[in-house]
Amino acid sequence: MSDPGDAIEVARTLVAAAVTAGAEAADAVAADGTGLEVGVRLGEREKLVRSRERRAGLRVLVGGATAVVSSADLDAATLRDLAQQACALARATTPDPHAGLADPSDLAGAPPELDLWDDAVETLDPAAGFELARAAERAALDAAPEMTNSEGAEFGGGGGTVAYVSSNGFAGGYRRSSFSLSVVPVATRDGAMQRDSWWTASHHLARLDAPGDVGREAARRALRRLGARQITTGEYPVVFDPQTAASLLRHLAGAIAGPALYRRASFLLDRVGERIAAEGVTIVDDPLLPGAPASRPFDGEGVASRRVTIVDRGVLRSYLLDSYSARRLALRTTGHAIRSPGDGPTVAPTNFFLAAGPHTPEAIVGSVERGLYVTELIGFGVNTVTGDYSRGAAGLWIENGRLTHAVEEVTIAGSLPEMFAGIEMIGDDLVFRSAVTAPTVKIARLTVAGR
Amino acid sequence: MHLVPREFFCQRYGLTEDRVTRILESAVAQGADHADCFLEFRVAQTASLEDGVVKKATRNVRQGVGVRIVVGPRAGYAFSDEVSLPDLELAARTAGYIGTRGAAETPVSVTPALRTPHDLYAVEPAPTDAPLSEHVALLERIDRVARAADPAITRVQAGLTVEQRVVLVATPGGPPVGDVRPLVHLGVTCIAERGGVRQQGSSGGGGRFAVAELAARADTFAREAARQALVNLDARPAPAGTMTVVLGPGWPGILLHEAVGHGLEADFNRKGTSAFSNRLGTRVASELCTVVDDGTLPNRRGSLNVDDEGTPTGRTVLIERGVLRGYLQDRLNAALLGMPLTGNGRRESYAHVPMPRMTNTFMLAGEDDPQDIIRSVPRGLYAVSFGGGSVDITSGRFVFSASEAYLIEDGRLGAPVRGASLIGNGPEVLTRISRVGHDLALDLGIGTCGKDGQSVPVGVGLPTIRIDGLTVGGTQA
Repeated sequence: MSDPGDAIEVARTLVAAAVTAGAEAADAVAADGTGLEVGVRLGEREKLVRSRERRAGLRVLVGGATAVVSSADLDAATLRDLAQQACALARATTPDPHAGLADPSDLAGAPPELDLWDDAVETLDPAAGFELARAAERAALDAAPEMTNSEGAEFGGGGGTVAYVSSNGFAGGYRRSSFSLSVVPVATRDGAMQRDSWWTASHHLARLDAPGDVGREAARRALRRLGARQITTGEYPVVFDPQTAASLLRHLAGAIAGPALYRRASFLLDRVGERIAAEGVTIVDDPLLPGAPASRPFDGEGVASRRVTIVDRGVLRSYLLDSYSARRLALRTTGHAIRSPGDGPTVAPTNFFLAAGPHTPEAIVGSVERGLYVTELIGFGVNTVTGDYSRGAAGLWIENGRLTHAVEEVTIAGSLPEMFAGIEMIGDDLVFRSAVTAPTVKIARLTVAGR
Repeated sequence: MHLVPREFFCQRYGLTEDRVTRILESAVAQGADHADCFLEFRVAQTASLEDGVVKKATRNVRQGVGVRIVVGPRAGYAFSDEVSLPDLELAARTAGYIGTRGAAETPVSVTPALRTPHDLYAVEPAPTDAPLSEHVALLERIDRVARAADPAITRVQAGLTVEQRVVLVATPGGPPVGDVRPLVHLGVTCIAERGGVRQQGSSGGGGRFAVAELAARADTFAREAARQALVNLDARPAPAGTMTVVLGPGWPGILLHEAVGHGLEADFNRKGTSAFSNRLGTRVASELCTVVDDGTLPNRRGSLNVDDEGTPTGRTVLIERGVLRGYLQDRLNAALLGMPLTGNGRRESYAHVPMPRMTNTFMLAGEDDPQDIIRSVPRGLYAVSFGGGSVDITSGRFVFSASEAYLIEDGRLGAPVRGASLIGNGPEVLTRISRVGHDLALDLGIGTCGKDGQSVPVGVGLPTIRIDGLTVGGTQA
């Protein structure tokens, strides 16, 4: 495979073989790609990885029962075997009245141009990649005398095609490339080390941030963590920087995903139409933003991409659904199926963002008399069923509206419903750096556990 | 049929061992310190149950080859899912772009581990060869047992994954080393609802054994998931602040994995970026603590006959009576540090470069009665089950999140509390361990460790321990 036409052909062959083998409905995904990843550490080349992969997966429905098979071996005889295996597996499972392909009326027509491909993938030069990584790391290490060590810097580039074909009439494919540059420097003071990182990513090589800027930002983040200490346990206002604010959105996306809802495993069950967040909170999912990280012309079931308002001025307006969860909930798909060759569709957000607010980040920090500015969250203490929230945090202490010393080894805890209701200020600093993204956010009060 | 990896790959892909070895030897002749080739063929089958029936099954076949060329600290790696001699030759040329030894560099080599490979988990027939109907029947039984536990159990989800992975590692100057690795895992999640409150409980387990052994434990997993969901229905908000924490036996050993295990992986220590760097021979834990990593436990999820570089696994003492004794090594880092191999060079698949990783990491049993340990605490937290954990190896900060925990009041177990994260500092936390129970248990076979984007199955273990001061991240300040 080298262009979407070839991938579509592989998927088409699989679907046809499935129908011949006795499936009443089938769909297939085929994907291929190549990649290059290079790494330097302390100025020296350390790593070079080249990859070449392809894969196709088939879902069949036989008498209403589902099975999925996949393989990297794509010759015609293997594809026929796969289709027969899939049908045999499906016959061993139980029919499900909700299982099936997307409704034909939801399928995408002519794909929009989303600016996801850069021909630079085809001519990637390791030497140029090493040079970008080296420049980023050098900028980090040169930023201050305390920048003493490094886990290294990496450049990656890759791309390939994705195709989807279904037995109810969809056949489509598209190409997508991605490039990234990251650096992980270490700062040392008084024998204590702190590590942080920064990165840039884009579908286009030329749109990556300059390596010097990436390195200097990584250094700034590592340096400001030096001298970190615990603070006293208490309830404080908490300001989340854009990276950690985005993690709150990921928890929300998990709680409004179709499977969590029909499994009754979400704190946002049956809340559409109700206020779930402060007035200033508007959250949108938009797969059609040109060049954005998670843009795509159609979803994992061939359903047309469209912009969906999830939360409108604090009121929950939509869940994230694929066809299956939509049928379980007696709703219509929102086009949020994702699909990997080895599994059936499931649900995920695309470009999912909290709309920018009116405040500068400085004004938000300035509004806090004593509180925590969070720059990192670690651990898994989030319960989507109950909304209980407790995570390890690091950041900076705010005293009289100013950032003072670094803070570590504390947790922040609360409940997600109260946290979204308690969003007091939203920053004007929204940037589409990653698929789920947010500006700076201030929450009125959370429990911080420390000394 | 007994599967022999050396014959399997040669027959399936038309390779000959001496041609593969020659490609690697030619790389070494041109100035590489080491070269290896990793071949993998993996079949994984899943069946998942919800709403009382198995509605979906998947079967995925993965295959591929990766060739690595190592020169000092530099590694070039090329991989492909097409396996043939021309693909291997191309991969070796591509990986060779990492360069050759510079004029000022001396060759580095590693002393081979003088161990013979183990035979820790032969399973015949392969778990992936059993008919799906057996797996379906097992899952349906789990559903019945969990629902029978209490009318408040409203949803049961269960999944069974069986896998067989065949690997072959070829190196210059010796025959290739193969391994056949079965792995099975069963997971159960229950939702309980009562009086408008919803909670969740989960359980599961697995290892490198036949599905029949899992079937024998299935009822226990089902009842355990239901019990945990019901306990959590009554849970109160967790306390916030630093207090005495007692960890129960088994899976809470995730503490060791996060607090010390990652920090003792040789790559971070060679680079000097671990909070444990340059601390070999120094005290990092109380005298009650001896911590080992052991890849040789039969049928365990974290065990391996050989690691993914072909080195037989072993038992490595990390901390002995409180003193730091050793690191976990892969080939590249052992060579650069001049230390012996430990059999901890692991990778997720042919699409990944090996790194030092844990296998089964646990603390040896002490002498205290577990009930006495709880009785010794006037006020604190007793945590018996955890979700996941993570660590920043440079600052040493780690966090792990309790999914079942109780207050301790006047030496007695009190009310269950809602999930809370526990946070601490790796080089400090083990110095505050004041009691170690005689009840060492290993986890039930559920652990997956992530590092640098690579996931590998691992095990952990712990006796009951008392930690005098750990920050508990509840909401009740």
